[in-house]
Amino acid sequence: MGNSISIFISSILVNNPLVMLFLGLCSFIGVTKKFSEAFCMGVAVTIVTFLAQQVTFLLNYPLVYFNIEYLRLLVFIAVIASLVQIIDIVMKKFMPAMHKLFGIYLALITTNCLVLYVAIVQVSKVYTYLESTAFGLGTGCGYLLMMIIMAGIREHLELSNSPENTKGTALVLMLACFLSLMMQGFYGVGG
Amino acid sequence: MQEEKTPVTWDTFFGEIVDRNWVLALTIGMCPTLAVSTSVVNCLSMGAAATFCLVCSSVLISLLRKEIPNDVRITAFIVIIGTFVTIVDYSIQAISLNLYNALGAFISLIVVNCILLGHAEAYASKNSVMATAVNALGAGVGFTFALLLLGIPREILGSGTLFGYHVVWEGFQTWLVMQTPVGGFLTLPLWIVLINWLRQNKSSAGCGEGGCHG
Repeated sequence: MGNSISIFISSILVNNPLVMLFLGLCSFIGVTKKFSEAFCMGVAVTIVTFLAQQVTFLLNYPLVYFNIEYLRLLVFIAVIASLVQIIDIVMKKFMPAMHKLFGIYLALITTNCLVLYVAIVQVSKVYTYLESTAFGLGTGCGYLLMMIIMAGIREHLELSNSPENTKGTALVLMLACFLSLMMQGFYGVGG
Repeated sequence: MQEEKTPVTWDTFFGEIVDRNWVLALTIGMCPTLAVSTSVVNCLSMGAAATFCLVCSSVLISLLRKEIPNDVRITAFIVIIGTFVTIVDYSIQAISLNLYNALGAFISLIVVNCILLGHAEAYASKNSVMATAVNALGAGVGFTFALLLLGIPREILGSGTLFGYHVVWEGFQTWLVMQTPVGGFLTLPLWIVLINWLRQNKSSAGCGEGGCHG
C-alpha cells in the first residue's frame, strides 16, 4: 500500500509525463490555448489512461499464458484504439453535451503517447494490481496538472508583447522549460 | 480517396528534410525527439529505427492503398506500423541491450509517433509506391537530422563528449542541465526561433546567397 502511494505521488511530480518524460507533447502545445479546452483534454486523457491501464493489465495474463508476448504492442494499441472508440460512442449516446465539449480531442487520445506508455511500462516493471492502478492514475493526474498550469500561463501571455519569431510553439516550449526546471525541485519525493 | 499523380523529383526527398521537416517546421513527433537526444549515438539509433519503420510501413500502405477500406484505414495503418515497430523493438533488444535500455519505452512508442501515422494518412495512402518510398526516406532522414541538431549540442555541452569521445578542453565545466529534460526544452525552441528568423529574412530579402538554407 505504501509503495502504491509513493508511485502515485512520484508519477505526478518527479516523473511528470509532460515536462519530465516528454509524453503527449502534441496536445500540450496544441490544446493549451484556452483553459476550458485544456481542462477537458486533461480530464479525458486521465479517464482513458486509467481505463486503458485496467484493461491492458488484465489482458497481459492471457498473453503471457499463451506465450505470445511478441504481440503485446499490437494488442495494446488495438485495445486503446477500440477503447477510445467505445467511449466516444457511449458518450455520444448518454452524455451528448459532454461529447460535444470533448469533440475531436477524444479521437486524438489514441495517438497520445501517454496511454500506451502506461500500458507498456506497467508490464515491463512487473507492477502488482494496486501499483499499476496508482501508476495509471498518477500519470493521468500529472498530465492534468501540467495542462492546467500551462493553459493558465498561456491565457495571460496572450496579451503580452513577445517577439514575432518566438510566437507559438517556441514560446510554449520555453515555458515548458521553466516548468520542467520547477518540477526538478521535486527530485527524491515519493521515492 | 483521390489518386494523385506526383512525379518523383528532388523536392520529394529534400523537401522533407529542409522545407517541410516534420519536427522543425511542423512540430510533429516531438516526444521522442526531446527524450532521446541526450547523446548522438541515441539520436542516430532512434533515427534509424524510426526511418526503417516509416519507409517499410509507408511502402506497404502505399501498396495496399486500393485494398484498405476508407472507414477502417486508421486501424489498418496502426496495425501495419505496429508490426514493423515490433520487429525493430526485438531487433534492438538482440543487437544491444545497453542501447535498448537507453532508449527505453520510446522504441515501442514509435507506434504512436505522429510522423508515421501522419505520413501514412497524408502521403502514402494517396501516392504511388516509388514516390512514397522516396518521400518516406526523406522524412526519416529529416527526422534524424532534427534529432542530431538537438543531440550534438546537448552531448557536447552536457557531458563534454561527442560519440563518447572527449572533445572539450581541460577544465571545461559541463552543463549538467543539458542532460536533463530541461536541456531538451531549451534547445528545441532556440532552433525553432533561429529557423523562423532565417525564414523571415528569406521572405523579406528574396532568396539571397545566405538565406536559402532555412
